[in-house]
Amino acid sequence: MRTGKLKQILLITDGCSNKGEDPTLIANMIREAGITVNVIGVLDQGDTDSDSLVEVEDIASSGGGVSQIVYPQVLTQTVQAVTKQAMTQTLQGVVNQELRQILGDNQSIEALPPDQRGEVMEVVDELTETCDMQLLVLVDTSASMQKKLNTVKEALIDLSISMNARTGDNKFAIYSFPGRKKALDKILEWSSDLDKLSSVFPKLTSGGITPTGPALKEALHQFSEGGLLRSLRKDAESEQADFGF
Amino acid sequence: MLNQSKPISVFNFKPGTCLRGKWHQRTYYIKEKLGTGAVGAVYLAKQDNDQWVALKISDKAASITSEINVLKKLAKVQGESPGPSLYEIDDWIDRRGECYPFYTMEYVQGESLDKFLNKRGRQWLGVLFPQLLEELEQLHRVGFILGDLKIENVIVTHRPIRLRFIDVGGVTLIGRSVKEYTEFYDRGYWHCGNRTADPAYDLFALAMMALRCAYPNQFRRTKEPKKYLITKLKQASILKPYDPIFHKALLGQYQNSQEMQQDFKKRTRHLTRKSAVPQDKQEIDWLEIVICISISVVLFFLATFY
Repeated sequence: MRTGKLKQILLITDGCSNKGEDPTLIANMIREAGITVNVIGVLDQGDTDSDSLVEVEDIASSGGGVSQIVYPQVLTQTVQAVTKQAMTQTLQGVVNQELRQILGDNQSIEALPPDQRGEVMEVVDELTETCDMQLLVLVDTSASMQKKLNTVKEALIDLSISMNARTGDNKFAIYSFPGRKKALDKILEWSSDLDKLSSVFPKLTSGGITPTGPALKEALHQFSEGGLLRSLRKDAESEQADFGF
Repeated sequence: MLNQSKPISVFNFKPGTCLRGKWHQRTYYIKEKLGTGAVGAVYLAKQDNDQWVALKISDKAASITSEINVLKKLAKVQGESPGPSLYEIDDWIDRRGECYPFYTMEYVQGESLDKFLNKRGRQWLGVLFPQLLEELEQLHRVGFILGDLKIENVIVTHRPIRLRFIDVGGVTLIGRSVKEYTEFYDRGYWHCGNRTADPAYDLFALAMMALRCAYPNQFRRTKEPKKYLITKLKQASILKPYDPIFHKALLGQYQNSQEMQQDFKKRTRHLTRKSAVPQDKQEIDWLEIVICISISVVLFFLATFY
């Protein structure tokens, strides 16, 4: 059986956007394109006030995704939890839509009696395990992220261990923003494992601006060009195929 | 979309709270909280027929439903099913009309593993671990692994003394990605393997549980995680007798729990044979002390009378 492909953007940031388009607007556009936007807000050590990260929730809800605000120590678990939760949520959304078509407007998984709900969840679990997945990670490398970058790197490598344990196929791409000249800089192009990440992950941050909106917009392009082309040719071509974005 | 930010009431029910199931109309009185996990909270509760049960309730309908699916499958296994038995599945509706799925299961009473070992002695390790390996073997045979095996998820019951697992949140079909795990016990974290469910995954976690007993404060990985782990094992004097077994488990050299169980039994037999000698010696020590005391008493009397 051929299962579908899930597309996600994971934004890891520690502050409010301060340049360019409104990121919530862009997130809405991305959602329209069938891609989910998840956001993790990373707090500073000892920071209790998460006011500056309010935007995190707004972007995720506009992007149909999951958001969470955390301290760096738990980033590894959070990155995985958010990614998996978003997968389940998206698939559940699809199943809910089907249910509504069959059973009427007010039906959702939650409203079913426990036994039937269990059967539906079995399907969702099966899909979560077997579907193909494309995940673009967008890392904020503005100055305040300096101390957290190493943790972000480790969390991403760990995420690939978890995702690659699934039966479904995975493709990861990693970008940082703000870029030196453009909105984004490529760290790693679409690939199935993140082993190489250790050597290419940036250690230095770049400036004080946080153009989250433009970065998200650019990220969407990475899907429609490289991602789609690649998925169309996936069966025929080998891993080395290079389409040059 | 975001459900983490609103205050979640199911995680802090007060003792005396009364829940009524939507589908089966049974009433449960909460006595106390037993623990909080990734998916939900577990409470000790009294059913309307006075039976004590463990009640797990969650605000994540999807996750707890998957968990219930696993429990149902385990319950269908012929003979003695591993893990706590599942009683009832239901939903609780709060005042705002929000639906929280819950299930009840057997309340397994006992003591934490590290407390038990501290009190009764480390030689119990050689008895308790093979028992758990037996349960794991049953589980593996029906195609699942336990996944999130850790000290908080097992309990030592008193009559009979048995090490049992009490949380099935991580139970995963063999060949699938491990559903729930804890870093310290996860072989992926220690660079000792992947996160695909196979029996060796549980055996690694079991060895880590032993290390956790030896190092109550745990420890974090260093630059060379695997090497560091082996060093830590070597330094753990309380695990000494079983060191080669844990070593093999950490390196993933056991294909199934039976192999590990066999090694444990062999080792324990060997140890009991060996320990016959020091036990004799202890008796001699006692005899010496008694003789010494009686001589000094005699001397004391002699000294006071003359």
